[in-house]
Amino acid sequence: MTLTADIRVDLVGFSLDVALAVEAGRTMAVVGPNGAGKSILLRALAGLRALSAGRIVLDGTVVDEPDARTYLAPEKRSVGIVFQDNLLFPHLDALDNVAFGLRCRGRGRTESRRLAAGWLERVGLAGREGARAAELSGGQAQRVALARALAVSPTMLLLDEPLAALDATTRNDVRRDLRRHLATFPGVRLLVTHDPVDAAVLADDVVVLDRGRIIQRGTPAEITARPRSRWVAELVGTNLFNGTATGGVVALVGGGTLVVADTQRTGPVFAVVPPRSVALHRQRPEGSPRNTWPGRVLAVEPVGDRLRVRVDATPPVVAEVTAGAVSEIGVHVAMEVWLAVKATEIDVYPA
Amino acid sequence: MGALLFGLPLVGLLWRAPWSAAADVLASRPAQDALRLSLVTSLAATGIALALGIPLAWVQARVDYPGKRLVRALTTLPMVLPPVVGGVALLLALGRRGIVGAQLDRVGVHLPFTTAGAVVAEAFVAMPFLVVTLEAAFASTDRRFEDAARSLGAGRLTTFRRVTLPLVAPSLVAGTVLCWARALGEFGATITFAGNLQGRTQTLPLFVYLKLEGSSPDAAVVLSLVLLAISVVVLFGLRDRWLAVR
Repeated sequence: MTLTADIRVDLVGFSLDVALAVEAGRTMAVVGPNGAGKSILLRALAGLRALSAGRIVLDGTVVDEPDARTYLAPEKRSVGIVFQDNLLFPHLDALDNVAFGLRCRGRGRTESRRLAAGWLERVGLAGREGARAAELSGGQAQRVALARALAVSPTMLLLDEPLAALDATTRNDVRRDLRRHLATFPGVRLLVTHDPVDAAVLADDVVVLDRGRIIQRGTPAEITARPRSRWVAELVGTNLFNGTATGGVVALVGGGTLVVADTQRTGPVFAVVPPRSVALHRQRPEGSPRNTWPGRVLAVEPVGDRLRVRVDATPPVVAEVTAGAVSEIGVHVAMEVWLAVKATEIDVYPA
Repeated sequence: MGALLFGLPLVGLLWRAPWSAAADVLASRPAQDALRLSLVTSLAATGIALALGIPLAWVQARVDYPGKRLVRALTTLPMVLPPVVGGVALLLALGRRGIVGAQLDRVGVHLPFTTAGAVVAEAFVAMPFLVVTLEAAFASTDRRFEDAARSLGAGRLTTFRRVTLPLVAPSLVAGTVLCWARALGEFGATITFAGNLQGRTQTLPLFVYLKLEGSSPDAAVVLSLVLLAISVVVLFGLRDRWLAVR
């Protein structure tokens, strides 16, 4: 069971052009900003939107190929979807929601309900069979939605921002459960999300989508360590710069230079400056740091037990420092500061 | 003042009600005929409206096609058209010498001055109430519920039957009842197109008018009260579903 998709969807003023492959038993996360085309991608895979060109092969079956005039309707594809806002049928109770797909796929009423009850139990909702969607909490409703999608044993499971509509506490619980259920689901798993934590916890592979194109592929760790887009860098909370390297010095696109440890690399590069590697000083620091430049504090916000300090400078950076360090030099908004980063802390890779 | 305009006629009706004669009137043959005929024709008209109106409302809400505005105008026209004009138009179209009527005549179908004609007249006038109510409901339904159903293996028809229709059920009920109430009270189009034949096309409103003008105004009042009672029940039944959301 695998998914091989070469997807092209043309819309007015937007086109999606994406090739991806996912093997059974693996979870791929599709991340990207709003309007990147994530939803269209998902709808194309589910058959809710026909391709303009390309080919989708699921488990050896071509489900969509315009050139061959092949198009399987959604109900003919073995695809389960979990939607962001669960979309439980409001006129049915939890049990009948889960039984719906089984009934549609030809099982009898009694058998469907028995199987559905088993699924509700598996997602921890035994005893809530008679509840309508409106009577369930957000987390419970999303669990029912997961049970509903899994009950028909699809070849591919599509998760469309499954945690986005939940509050923070519930989200962590449901994410944990989701991870467990995904692990036991044998088919292809594809997760659309804009939350890097979801991708890191749930996915084996990540593709970053922007304006209808894949701009980066890799494991969650690779993507967070070496982002190739400002959007991902901001999501994972790091400083990403674009520039040209020559002999250990990177001239940045937005102005400014960085001295880096990698003296071999030349040409267009990305440079990542981890916020924790940025030190703040009142005066121009003496000694070892190879990069020092002045700036002005724009904002100070707490993150856990540390503080993120946004500094307007050339280049602009976000520094993450301990509360102790802040009180020591008395950082406040509009303050003039000096920034210092060691050359060895900066990661440089080809753009 | 405005409320008085609506309230006074009701008071007048109740005041003049000849309660003692009520039983006799209701027991009379012509009154019973009219009552039975009214129920049969209005229910039949509602049935036709459902059979034709549900698909029409769905298409109007969901499908883009050239001429859609024209169709919408046509289907809502009977709501604003004087019913008598509707009756005349039906007569000209479906009458013996009408465009379609002549063809129907040839195959032995006669609509004018028959019970079937009364049903057609009522459906013509009443169906827009169902279509307008239902179209709004179809248009405002979250279509992703249908996406969810499709992904679970439901074909288009199953999706419509098991998801879309239940989602619009409140509007379907409201539209159906409104449609039926309108059909029940239909006067102008019916008398013009179907005439006023006791037991065949003489529905309750026609009977009331005839009695008021002729032999026994008391009978008219009693039967008016019957119609009023039905209206009150309809209003009461719909107050949560329809009136409250307005």
